[in-house]
Amino acid sequence: MLSFENISNAIHNWLYHSFSPTTALWLEFVLVAVCVISLFSFLGLVLILMERKVSAWMQVRLGPNRVGPKGMFQTVADTLKLIVKESMTPDGADKLLFNLAPFIVMIIAMMLMAPFMFARGFQIWDINIGVLFFTAVSSISVIGILMAGWASNNKYSLLGAMRSGAQIVSYELSAGLSILCIIVLTGSLRISDIIASQENGWWIFKGHIPVIIAFVTFIIAVTAETNRAPFDMAEAESELTAGFHTEYSGMKFALFFLAEYINIFIVCALGATLFLGGWMPLHVGHWQGFNHIMDYIPSSIWFFGKTFFLVFVIMWFRWTFPRLRIDQLLNLEWKYLLPISMVNLLLVTLMAILGWHF
Amino acid sequence: MYRKTEIIKEPTVNDSGDMIINIGPQHPATHGVLHLVITLNGETIKKVEPHLGYIHRSIEKMCESLSYRQFIYVTSRMDYLSSHINNHGCALCVEKGMQIEVPARAQVIRVLMDELTRIASHTLWWGAMAMDVGALTPFFLAFREREMINDIMEETCGARLTMNYMVPGGIMVDLHPTFQRKVKEFIVHFKSKIDEYDDLVTDNIIFKNRTVNVGVISKEDAISYGLTGPPARASGVSCDIRKIYPYEVYRTLQFEEIIETAGDSFARYLVRMKEMRQSLSIIEQLIDNIPEGDFQAKTKAVLKLPKGEFYSRVETARGEFGVYIVSEGGTTPYRIKFRSPGFSTLSALDHMARGSKIGDLVAIMGTLDFVIPDIDR
Repeated sequence: MLSFENISNAIHNWLYHSFSPTTALWLEFVLVAVCVISLFSFLGLVLILMERKVSAWMQVRLGPNRVGPKGMFQTVADTLKLIVKESMTPDGADKLLFNLAPFIVMIIAMMLMAPFMFARGFQIWDINIGVLFFTAVSSISVIGILMAGWASNNKYSLLGAMRSGAQIVSYELSAGLSILCIIVLTGSLRISDIIASQENGWWIFKGHIPVIIAFVTFIIAVTAETNRAPFDMAEAESELTAGFHTEYSGMKFALFFLAEYINIFIVCALGATLFLGGWMPLHVGHWQGFNHIMDYIPSSIWFFGKTFFLVFVIMWFRWTFPRLRIDQLLNLEWKYLLPISMVNLLLVTLMAILGWHF
Repeated sequence: MYRKTEIIKEPTVNDSGDMIINIGPQHPATHGVLHLVITLNGETIKKVEPHLGYIHRSIEKMCESLSYRQFIYVTSRMDYLSSHINNHGCALCVEKGMQIEVPARAQVIRVLMDELTRIASHTLWWGAMAMDVGALTPFFLAFREREMINDIMEETCGARLTMNYMVPGGIMVDLHPTFQRKVKEFIVHFKSKIDEYDDLVTDNIIFKNRTVNVGVISKEDAISYGLTGPPARASGVSCDIRKIYPYEVYRTLQFEEIIETAGDSFARYLVRMKEMRQSLSIIEQLIDNIPEGDFQAKTKAVLKLPKGEFYSRVETARGEFGVYIVSEGGTTPYRIKFRSPGFSTLSALDHMARGSKIGDLVAIMGTLDFVIPDIDR
């Protein structure tokens, strides 16, 4: 079977066989860094093209169709343009924070890739607190956004950053609580364990209605956490022109843009891992024949298929819904989502203790 | 080369600690070059101060040096989304002064064009309004329908935006042979699409949250601010010129004046949505009953209005448009004054937006449907 496990193991063994353990470890670091950076840029290009195509499809138009076959190289051309453009730093801006902010946002998006299992046995770091690592690191990105908004010395940016801060901090609660539902069911924070526990069916099918509620809450909360419409208060272009990145231009703007899309990919990958079984093929209980056929589809295709399905759903939101107002946004979280997910967590805990799930 | 320039220091925060922020002249929400200086306490609006003059072209002054046939063309550039209706108002005023009898065919065609323009204007407003509250897709759907009307206009009038089709005494040229067929196609198409509009935006819970009880203006305030058109009718003021002072063939037509009573953004939205259906029914009534005959009355080559003052009013997509001509008996008007609906509506913006959030201000501006060249002539 086509599997990344053999390739990664072979490289690992060869490195440790040929070099001293320290050198081998350093070489692995470099290899992983190259992989992450190339995946990062590749995903950025693919997701931006996907967004433009999805939006075009929903808006009765064609979308990019000039550069390359079916407009495939449009994002490459756009990135090239942004690299060549001058990156301005406005007068009166805090130079250090202004220039640091996009890098912080991007580095955090890259760090978040560490615990994910992209295919069977293909993972950068199988840390035993994988999900906790994700929630902890992802909450740092708000610092980058606040920094960008504050340092720009622009009132629109400041308003956008404050909105973004309020929004991310509140929506992390319900995102965290819905992630906890799955942790309660699996009893482990390690990503590989969570995926292994879905061997005989994904949690969304095994966990009855409470897990479905958790899944819906999770999708809503992460849409808000990544500042996507209908929760794009931070950049609400009809109100704040571009929100926290109003003053950014050139590649510094591109880094924010890229980080936004990578963040979407990452939260969707987490959703796919927790609720839809990650790379685990669709298995139904004791249907041996069916499960065997499903195993023939490579695990990476399962993972990316599920992730891109969720990405599509989030894009679908963006091109269909109007934007909420900031107070309505916080009402939704504190008055509805948070109580619902708290009660839901209790239900899931009860279910886990009594063993009512499949 | 980059050169360091002196930065003009403006007060960011006023004495009472409120933030002052400029929306515009270049801003995605103003749909033009409107400049609003807003005073904010956090996200809450304390004051909205519109600044005008960025695209003032002194159209009224220009009209004074143009003859009665020529000045109508300039008025297309005021409210460019309802240029037919502007032209219509001016033509009516000149006809009133000259006592020209407009042929029946021209009257019907004028009304048809007016209502098509109204639909085109309202579809564009619908798209822009949805874009203001953050939904981007409706804009493209609205343009799909608007494009059909523009194509019809292009065939008959030769222009898509500034049509200049109405002239004193009738219309400039006769209808294009395909006009009736295309309009009928449009009616069929639009009837299904307007239901889609309702599905996509009107019934959306987020949209309702954003508009219901936002930007409320009472009936009394609406009258005292001089609101006309959909914003006034949403507050319960009956002010449809087509009903109250019917011109052309409106007297014989079956249509309702849409009145809502809530006075909030959602009511203004509903009024416009229902008006589109009414306009569609007017077009349906007229499209098969265009009388044969002349499309233009016989007029002199050079028009000279008798000495006196003349006023005519029409209902544009945004409200009452008035034309006031003072004539000294010459070939050009002595003074022309246009009463544009947008200007009075803008003056009520501060009243409506006070106490709401920035997001609401944008939604309110969306429902008021500003066309900046109409405000700033």
